[in-house]
Amino acid sequence: MSTEARAVHFPAADWDGGVHPYRVGHRKLGMWLFIVSDSLTFSALLMGYAYLRASNVWPTPFPFYPSIVFSSVMTFCLLSSSLTMVFGVSASSRGDKVLARKWILATIFFGVAFIVLHLIEWNHLISEGLRPFSLPAHWVSTFTTTDGKLPSPLFGATFFTITGLHMFHVATGAIYLSVVAARVKKLKHEDIEISGLYWHFVDLVWMFVFPLIYILSVDVGGHLAK
Amino acid sequence: MSTHVEEEHFAGSNKLFTSIWVWLVLLTLVEIGLAYKPMALHLMLTILLGLSIIKAALIVAYFMHLKFERLSLILTIVPMLVICICLLFVFFPDSFRSAGLRYEFKEQPPAAEEH
Repeated sequence: MSTEARAVHFPAADWDGGVHPYRVGHRKLGMWLFIVSDSLTFSALLMGYAYLRASNVWPTPFPFYPSIVFSSVMTFCLLSSSLTMVFGVSASSRGDKVLARKWILATIFFGVAFIVLHLIEWNHLISEGLRPFSLPAHWVSTFTTTDGKLPSPLFGATFFTITGLHMFHVATGAIYLSVVAARVKKLKHEDIEISGLYWHFVDLVWMFVFPLIYILSVDVGGHLAK
Repeated sequence: MSTHVEEEHFAGSNKLFTSIWVWLVLLTLVEIGLAYKPMALHLMLTILLGLSIIKAALIVAYFMHLKFERLSLILTIVPMLVICICLLFVFFPDSFRSAGLRYEFKEQPPAAEEH
């Protein structure tokens, strides 16, 4: 008798999940483990950013417009995309694959809107002179402290790395969901739920990136505008 | 095979998910409002991280459906992740130390010697 066959005969009280102790299929469990490992990747990046920020003079250059307005609208797009995705998964669980496809397409729309807005925001900062290892000259003069400490040139490195990796995840998710939308009638409900897990994870990461990168770098006093 | 896995019931109504989305949007608006409220950086960081953790918990519990999964799955995933993230905080004392070690140029930095 195989191990799996024997496992079915365990008493329910001891082994309620049968051959699936977590009551999820192996693909869904795999996605959860991927999400855990990817969470640690982003955690390490954000911790590296916090390390650099704590050990350096850190510029706070983001004005209300365009940076905060754009990043807030981007946050709204991602939150809305999560809502449409969960509607899609819910429709799929009821067997309504046509409706599920419509909600998944709406999710892709919000994801693409996020990427477009993010690229516009990046373009604005690059045209201002921000590079991975150097700051625009007027940022350096504005954020140099009165006792002569220069602001860290690594602001761009942390900003482009963290937001870039996140944007890559959004783009990958949009492609993944496009494939799911195209094949939705052939896929099982669990497959659609797994794609939803990935998409919500992308949203979850942004819930930390937005306040730590954008909100904590707001130019409250309007120093750059002076 | 266990019949549990074949089950396609997806707990939670669209009304519940919409209310979660409203909460997430409201918490985001609070974060944006905080950005323009003068306060100490460490206090703002604490509040922002607190709000982020609440938002992350709402997403994981309801949108990612973990609240409706078996406890064994939750206990396998969440504590391990939290412990690993907490272990990363071990670097922070060093970041404060390196800030104190940084050489401060009182004048122009010395030019490299030409050979």
